[in-house]
Amino acid sequence: MLMSSEIQTFTEKYDLLGCIQCGRCTGGCPVTVRANLNVRQFVNDAYDEDKLEELARLAEIWDCTACHTCAVRCPKGLKPLEVLIGLRTMIVESGKVEPTVRDALQSVLLEGNPWEKSRATRLDWMEDLDVKIADPDEPVENLFFVCCTIAYDPRVRAIARNMVELLNKAGVDYAFLPEDESCCGSEVFTLGEEGLFEMQVEDSTEFLNEYQAGRIVTLSPHCFTTYKTHYPDLKSPVIHYTQLLVELLNNGKLTWKGELPKKIVYHDPCYLGKQGNIYDEPRELLKSIPGVELLEFERRRERSLCCEGGGGKMWVESESKKERLSETRIKDARALGADVVAVACPFCVLTLEDSMKGLGLEEEMRVVEIMELLGELMEK
Amino acid sequence: MTEKPKVGVYVCHCGINISSTVDVDAVAEFAQKLPDVKVARTYSYMCSDPGQVLIKKDIEEEGLNRIVVASCSPRMHEPTFRKAIAEAGVNPYFLEMANIREQCSWVHEEIEEGTAKAKKLVSASIAKVRLLEALETKEVEAEPAALVIGAGIAGIQAALDIADAGFQVYLVEKTPSVGGRMAQLDKTFPTLDCSACILTPKMVDAANHPNIELLSYSEVEEVNGFIGNFDVRVRKKARYVDFDKCTGCGDCASECRVKDRIPSEFDQGMGKRSAIYLPFPQAVPAKYTIDAGHCLYLTRGKCGKTPKCQEVCGAGAINFEQEDEFVEFKVGAVIVATGFDPFDASRKPEYGYDDYPNVITGMEMERLVSASGPTGGKIKIFNGEEEIEPKEVALIKCVGSRDSSVGNEYCSRVCCMYVAKQAHLIRDKLPDANIRIYYMDVRAFGKGFEEFYDRVRRENVRYIRGNPSEIFKRGNKLVVKAEDTLNSRPLEDEVDLVVLGVGLEPRADMRGVMDLLRLSQSPDRFFLEAHPKLRPVDTATDGVFLAGCAQGPKDIPDTVAQAKAAAASAMIPLARGKVTINAQVAVVNEATCRGCAYCVNICPYTAIEMVTVNRFGNEVEVARVNEALCKGCGSCSAACLSDSIQPKSFRDSQILPQIAALGVMR
Repeated sequence: MLMSSEIQTFTEKYDLLGCIQCGRCTGGCPVTVRANLNVRQFVNDAYDEDKLEELARLAEIWDCTACHTCAVRCPKGLKPLEVLIGLRTMIVESGKVEPTVRDALQSVLLEGNPWEKSRATRLDWMEDLDVKIADPDEPVENLFFVCCTIAYDPRVRAIARNMVELLNKAGVDYAFLPEDESCCGSEVFTLGEEGLFEMQVEDSTEFLNEYQAGRIVTLSPHCFTTYKTHYPDLKSPVIHYTQLLVELLNNGKLTWKGELPKKIVYHDPCYLGKQGNIYDEPRELLKSIPGVELLEFERRRERSLCCEGGGGKMWVESESKKERLSETRIKDARALGADVVAVACPFCVLTLEDSMKGLGLEEEMRVVEIMELLGELMEK
Repeated sequence: MTEKPKVGVYVCHCGINISSTVDVDAVAEFAQKLPDVKVARTYSYMCSDPGQVLIKKDIEEEGLNRIVVASCSPRMHEPTFRKAIAEAGVNPYFLEMANIREQCSWVHEEIEEGTAKAKKLVSASIAKVRLLEALETKEVEAEPAALVIGAGIAGIQAALDIADAGFQVYLVEKTPSVGGRMAQLDKTFPTLDCSACILTPKMVDAANHPNIELLSYSEVEEVNGFIGNFDVRVRKKARYVDFDKCTGCGDCASECRVKDRIPSEFDQGMGKRSAIYLPFPQAVPAKYTIDAGHCLYLTRGKCGKTPKCQEVCGAGAINFEQEDEFVEFKVGAVIVATGFDPFDASRKPEYGYDDYPNVITGMEMERLVSASGPTGGKIKIFNGEEEIEPKEVALIKCVGSRDSSVGNEYCSRVCCMYVAKQAHLIRDKLPDANIRIYYMDVRAFGKGFEEFYDRVRRENVRYIRGNPSEIFKRGNKLVVKAEDTLNSRPLEDEVDLVVLGVGLEPRADMRGVMDLLRLSQSPDRFFLEAHPKLRPVDTATDGVFLAGCAQGPKDIPDTVAQAKAAAASAMIPLARGKVTINAQVAVVNEATCRGCAYCVNICPYTAIEMVTVNRFGNEVEVARVNEALCKGCGSCSAACLSDSIQPKSFRDSQILPQIAALGVMR
């Protein structure tokens, strides 16, 4: 029996002895087609404590996108990717990280976001909008947490802006958190900054628990899954916005103007699908739009292909020159004849759109977050 | 009995199991000084023959009339010591066991602590043994008949053995035919016997045996009573075909208006049948059944002008007015042989079973290679519109087994071998195919299994060590995404056909049988046996036994062996003609019982009923215990508001002094 006072070894922390070396983790790992990463081999080799430092110096530990396919499929309940994260932690603690990573982590510590933006400007996305701001003394049914990326990146800001307009119009009991809200830490965790992540979990739990929320509604699947899996002490349940919207849809509170005669293919984000088990809601929303023909990727739902946006990949460039998975995805969408690739994740929008532009398909195709599309169809 | 208690205390060393953390001599010395203790001794193994002789000798020489054995849990050796003291002329219920092993020596590391606790436990037992009452065991008659639920190979074998021994058997099968899963298999590993060839004679024997009453298309609805005396009620579902008139000619099925439109359960949905059907050609009984869920006449009230089957049946056997019938009978023992469900491959969506027709399960493969299957034994698949013979074939093991992501941690024990067997059968039919088996371990543990595995590999079947993670389609090929863990190479293996080696799961409908017979599940959710090693076919319900995959995944040899074991065990009460009932049962003080019936509701064994008695000229309701059903669990006693119902040997007057002696009551 492990006493709480004892320090866990690497082997104990990641239950390395539970592994039966079946290979399902590496077999399912989406990046193996372009990177020299074999996560099972790491689980096997990390048993030797003397070898850990050597393993941590291998470049491929930064190729993991934290899609969690290995963890979802593991027959013994292990989380192989966390072994890689544990090795990243060793590097982060030694300070020998890429400057981009260092700056992102520092920014989370100082400003509560990884994008090196000032906390004071966190609510700038609300400009000209009539937004209800949460007050700890006032109970609210739907308390919205806006992802750092959505708050600061002008490309995906519309997700939050359209949400406000939609909520106002549908008469939903909601409020958005004030500027004191801090990053959920999804990427801090996957980059391996364990100490900072623990602090964030503690601080954010305390901060969020001050509010009397029926539930916390997240806009990004990364925040959604991180709150659900790493914040055990949150008072309020956490949902993804597509769940709320389907409720509104079923209550007849969402109506669209005109038609959208487009072929749309929906890309399942790993953090929403494989990790969050939400597959149907985004599709229901798309199907509710008149004129839309919903297509499906061959690799969809539980078999969706990762876009490589997670796992801290926003700050670490892969050394591989092989085709990016987001490019594969766009090509597949093209082959299906899709006009629009719809996603429900800000990271997926950024990676997929990047590849779409790189492939020179801007004229033929659009990559959109579902909220962007709904914003265009809302009766204002 | 007013005789003054003379207690003998025997402290066991149990080798060093007890003596290493309990000073047994100190315990005996301590016991010797307690009230009414005449003798206190230690011995290396009390349960051994010399240990028992020691007790018997003391009874004879010292006139002991109460015995305390301080050793292990009573579970194993209480019967041993009861028997020993009875042989020496002391009532067997004048025994108390102090558990100073499991509850003492094994959980302490310091000898001081162990010894102090052992002393307390022994003094508590002495306190109680002085207050015990003499009990007599009773016997009741046992009905010389057995009920077997499920007529797969396990149920058939058990029924045949019991019937051959001369006892009446009621063999109840839910589906229209006996045979179960084994009937669906093509060849059987490792000997490659044709499954139907070895099973069919047994199916026929079961149906024709003078001592077996086969109740097919029937379900057990109610079982009441206890070992030796179970009252059973069975529903015979309406077949809408007169059983006695039907000749099994099949004219009805070939004329049925929904012919070849209904997925055949026997062919795993790959073949089609009519609404009136025989599940498979060798079905027993060879009587047709109308599937009420699909028959046009029974679902819509109309099937042309007259139902075709009725029109063509020369025997006039079709009867749409038929209703379910009930039969009731009495048996002395019950065997549960309800089998398993194959793992539902849809529950591993990463393998695309629901999306790709060329991803099939092991059970489907059995039908595909079977000469009596939907393709006549040809391995043909559709590649789009085109029918082809697959060239690249992958078989995947451990689908739904050894996998906590689907909640099945256990090994299904048959997949390693049935997958090897299917590879062999595929090789036989497709000599040029490239066949590979994805595996994480090869468990070839049975007789002839390793040899068969050796043979199959040399038939050019590649074993690739890696459990695939995903299957998707690229062009017209299925891509198996895996890692060859022996060379650490991730693979995208393009194939035509994938066979998922699905494991075995507890039946989805097992709850009904559990409730009927008060059975429990083990952590793997299969039926729980009474003891995993020493009572593997018994259950916690006396007189109810397990056979086959209902208890856990097994191959055919093990299933048959277990069926024979269950039959032998079930025949013990049948052959003896009587059963001994537990003496430590609850008893009601009818003078104080207030008739609230709380105990009736709380009793897990339905052993208590309310009866009307005359109390000083008044008719009052009081509880009464059926001693044959009572297990002496004491739940009733805990619920009773007037302390009127108490288990013998565990009365408040007996256990409160015992607890007090532990020194824990304030």
